[in-house]
Amino acid sequence: MTTTAGTYHTLTLDAEGFLQKPEEWTEDVGGEIAAELGITLTERHWQVIRFMRDKYLATGSAPSIRSLGKESGIAVKELYQLFPKGPAKLAAKIGGIPKPHGCI
Amino acid sequence: MQRIVIIGSGTAGTIMASRLARLNRRAIRARTLSLTVVDRDGPHLYQPGLLFMPFGKYAPADLTRPRRRGLPRGATFVPAAVDRIDADRKAVVLEDGHELLYDVLIVASGSHVAPEETDGLLGAGWRERMHEFYTLDGALALRDALKRFSGGRLVVSIAEMPIKCPVAPIEFAFLADAYFTERGIRDKVTIDFVTPLDGCFTKPVATRELSHLLAEKGINVTVEFNTGEVDGAAGIVRSYDGREVPFDLLVTIPVHKGAAFVGRTPGLGDELDFVRTDPATLQSALSPAIFALGDATNIPASKAGSVAHFEAELLAPNIQRYLRGKPMVLTFDGHSNCFIETGHGKALLIDFNYEVEPLPGRFPSRLGPLSLLKESRLNHLGKLAFRWVYWNLLLPGRNIPFVPARMQMRGKRRPPPLPHSAA
Repeated sequence: MTTTAGTYHTLTLDAEGFLQKPEEWTEDVGGEIAAELGITLTERHWQVIRFMRDKYLATGSAPSIRSLGKESGIAVKELYQLFPKGPAKLAAKIGGIPKPHGCI
Repeated sequence: MQRIVIIGSGTAGTIMASRLARLNRRAIRARTLSLTVVDRDGPHLYQPGLLFMPFGKYAPADLTRPRRRGLPRGATFVPAAVDRIDADRKAVVLEDGHELLYDVLIVASGSHVAPEETDGLLGAGWRERMHEFYTLDGALALRDALKRFSGGRLVVSIAEMPIKCPVAPIEFAFLADAYFTERGIRDKVTIDFVTPLDGCFTKPVATRELSHLLAEKGINVTVEFNTGEVDGAAGIVRSYDGREVPFDLLVTIPVHKGAAFVGRTPGLGDELDFVRTDPATLQSALSPAIFALGDATNIPASKAGSVAHFEAELLAPNIQRYLRGKPMVLTFDGHSNCFIETGHGKALLIDFNYEVEPLPGRFPSRLGPLSLLKESRLNHLGKLAFRWVYWNLLLPGRNIPFVPARMQMRGKRRPPPLPHSAA
């Protein structure tokens, strides 16, 4: 897969490729990450990614899949079509915010 | 007069009240400082005991004491529910309209389970074949259900993280294995452990150890399972991506939320009503005069009593400095210390912080006597003894001998790097 020459891998990433500094993110970087994941971004994808990112920047935590389904305006079923194998995790990765852990 | 107000008189709130009352004994007597604790009245519950209750170990009277008895002389208890905080006016607004003004506010309002957040959980079968053990009523109902259970599929399922005591669900699965073995019906029971995480625990080394134990005990593990709905009539837990786990008896760890007044105070909490808190200073993002500790915060540390204890040991002297206009010097490192019951009178011990994951070794030093990340009888006795420690050292705000607030590396060993496939 061809991507525009990568800034993504020059950024501060964790072992799984999540950005550690959300301020380093740009929409182009988001596009690069999506391409690596094999996802072609549509306006519906961006709606989810922006929602995740805004929520994280406003509250310091990334929404779970449950609240994504309730609040992003996109039903859970479609979220899984857009981001197979984990909408919350993949949208966080593409949106340049740390991996939503639910942590310890 | 300077006014300190603490919201909550559970583990964290009571410890803070005890410590601040002791540090300010003279000022309180001279009426230059007041210490007020606000909470709903009712018994104070020793929450770690709830894990054992479904297996018939404790009765409610073993785990509860009158709330006011834990609070120090010098603190004024206001039995009331909080409506919201007015950070601009530095006032706690109570549900009856009264206000408590503060110079320093400490939010220690904990977290609670919210089964209503999961579709179907409160439907047919709730408290019959679908249970939780994070409340006294829930643990008692589960005890009766376990007694009646004569075989079938037991599913222990975490709805969503974060939860109180992240190891409790694994401990429950271990204890269930031992319980059915002792009843002689283990071969008639399957035990499934279902989690939204990508391993049975959040940290790689501990995940490896715990995975071994789960496998040894014949407990099946399903990972990355985000519970979308529960169908009590059919006996099925369904994930958002359409996977199904059938059950005869479900033990769920419901979604956890912070106190409702946090949600009613703009800017104070996150989407689950946990207080947005600086992980080092424990100051809230909303106002420097508001601090938070214990389960109420959103910091990336365990929601566990040990964390509240370590936080309080550092926060109390910091608040003294803050009241005098001095910079705060002590910072919290995320230190957490938890016993993990594994059944048959044994337990593991883990000790870790924000940076250092649970490692094997000895505790509190190279000489032990406790072992880290390894089953032993002494660890189990430590866990049982902790009930005494809780009422007699923790709540009165005493330090625990040999266990300082900040995590120590002594006694810990770094294992060889994990093979690539692990974790």
